[in-house]
Amino acid sequence: MMVNNQKAEIKKSKNKEFIFLSVSLILLAVLAITFSALVYDLVSNGLSRIDKSFMTSFPSRFAEKAGILSACVGSLAVMGVTCLLAIPIGIGAGIYLEEYAPKNFITTIIEVSISNLAGVPSIVYGLMALGLFVQKFGFGASILTAGLTLSILVLPIIIVTTREAIRTIPNTIREAALALGTTKWQMIWDHTLPYSMGGILTGIIIALSRAIGETAPLITIGALTFIAFLPASPITSTFPFISFQWLKDPFTVLPIQMFNWVSRPQEEFHVNAAATGLVLVIVTISMNIVALTLRSHFRKKIKW
Amino acid sequence: MLLRPKSRTIRNLKEFLIEKILFTTAFLAVVITVGIALTLFTEALPFFKSVTLKQFFGDKQWSPLFSDPHYGIWPLVTGTIVTTVIALCIAVPIGTIMAIFLSEYAHPKVREVIKPLLELLAAIPTVVYGYFALLFVTPLMQKFYPELSGFNMLGAGVVMGVMIIPYVSSLSEDAMRAVPMALREGSLAIGATKLQTSTQVVFPSAFSGITSAYILAISRAIGETMVVTIAAGMQPDFTLNPIRPAETMTAYIVQVSMGDLPHDSIGYKSIFVVGACLFLMTLFFNILGQLARKKFWKAY
Repeated sequence: MMVNNQKAEIKKSKNKEFIFLSVSLILLAVLAITFSALVYDLVSNGLSRIDKSFMTSFPSRFAEKAGILSACVGSLAVMGVTCLLAIPIGIGAGIYLEEYAPKNFITTIIEVSISNLAGVPSIVYGLMALGLFVQKFGFGASILTAGLTLSILVLPIIIVTTREAIRTIPNTIREAALALGTTKWQMIWDHTLPYSMGGILTGIIIALSRAIGETAPLITIGALTFIAFLPASPITSTFPFISFQWLKDPFTVLPIQMFNWVSRPQEEFHVNAAATGLVLVIVTISMNIVALTLRSHFRKKIKW
Repeated sequence: MLLRPKSRTIRNLKEFLIEKILFTTAFLAVVITVGIALTLFTEALPFFKSVTLKQFFGDKQWSPLFSDPHYGIWPLVTGTIVTTVIALCIAVPIGTIMAIFLSEYAHPKVREVIKPLLELLAAIPTVVYGYFALLFVTPLMQKFYPELSGFNMLGAGVVMGVMIIPYVSSLSEDAMRAVPMALREGSLAIGATKLQTSTQVVFPSAFSGITSAYILAISRAIGETMVVTIAAGMQPDFTLNPIRPAETMTAYIVQVSMGDLPHDSIGYKSIFVVGACLFLMTLFFNILGQLARKKFWKAY
């Protein structure tokens, strides 16, 4: 009798075990199907629209003639500014917090600020940019404002990944360098930084893939959607051959262009939106895959 | 070869300057935080010169741009709450089950493959999810439930839920994996099954870490913009009915920013008021989440 009861109990537990495993596998399958549906929907609607003329035309009132040239150039220009600002500042802050920062009140404040910034919704960054960069500093809805906004937005990501990468380096490496008479900065430049480059690079790529898909903060600063011209060329024919006029030009970017097309009622524009979405997904997913491969590559290569 | 005193001073100066420069880059985070808070509140305060707090919290209509303006924040808040709750109903159970599966059941090699793939879900731009919610998920739902309107909070919330699954599962899994092996072994040794160990030993031990994952997911859902702007509509509506269109706080900011409003208009000020509310709400949840997280990591 006892034995029978116990057997039934064991059977019940084993059944539960089986049910849980099935549920998790089914959920995984559902997620995979959702992801495939998203990609399939973009491909089936948008792939036929992607051709040379789509990539090299300006937006237009006629859906079939419209293209994403100005959005591509805008995205590239904004990304350029973002890289120039966010990468050095982010890495610098990461190095300071890991290698220099004393345990005091100011360091605590810096750390609290960074973790709070990471949780601020992106649209709030847009509002700050509107009030500060657009209105107070008078930069307007320009490439410069957009680059500033996005670099502030991705700064926490770069700082956090830089810190994580630097933290994995064992102290013995630092001590060995310092024992040979290097200064602190020489130790960082010649040892800490090169050894943590893999992790830092991964963080930068993930941060940029986030920035390239951001829409809300750029709408808030007043980025236009109908831009049928390119920003001024950075290279000029007259002295001094380099111009920064493009920084002040209005712009549009891929996600804003997509948002504009998806919010129109006409079906033909939805096709354009799907095509733009496909371009965006391909860009962001491949950036993330590169980042993941880099990360596992460096993890395997380095053995302390 | 000894350094001459002069070059030593130069070297020390260089080191000193580098440290100061690096400190400045780190301190920028504080400057930015203060900048955000100051900008939001200085731009938002003038709003309350023309609108009383009673109107703001007492009215059930939000229409600052109409000729008969109403300034009740509640319609935007209900829109935000409904979409957030729907998203959490999707993300919390699925994310938790995924986390238990990955941390307790999956072979390390399987985990190394599935975890990054899950995180790819979070890498897709939100505007693409908005497109997906409006033009794929909503029409699909309408086939089963024809009363659903073209813009609705249900579709937007569900897609947003899928989007934040990786946040829940990743952080919860980290927390569960940090639970010491000895606890698991003890439980298994007295005859508990894997599932019993996971739900009755590992899950409770990792609870504060898992809570922090849930709380961060809440703050993510409140601040999410593009999915709800595209798929939930742009009409503020004081309703808790998910099949109706409504407007969230974030969507309102986008809607107003798309127009060209003069600097001193009430519409311009109103987006900063809504933004300040949003900032305070997410700040509250972020602090709560970090406290839970700290408590968890202190425990082990």
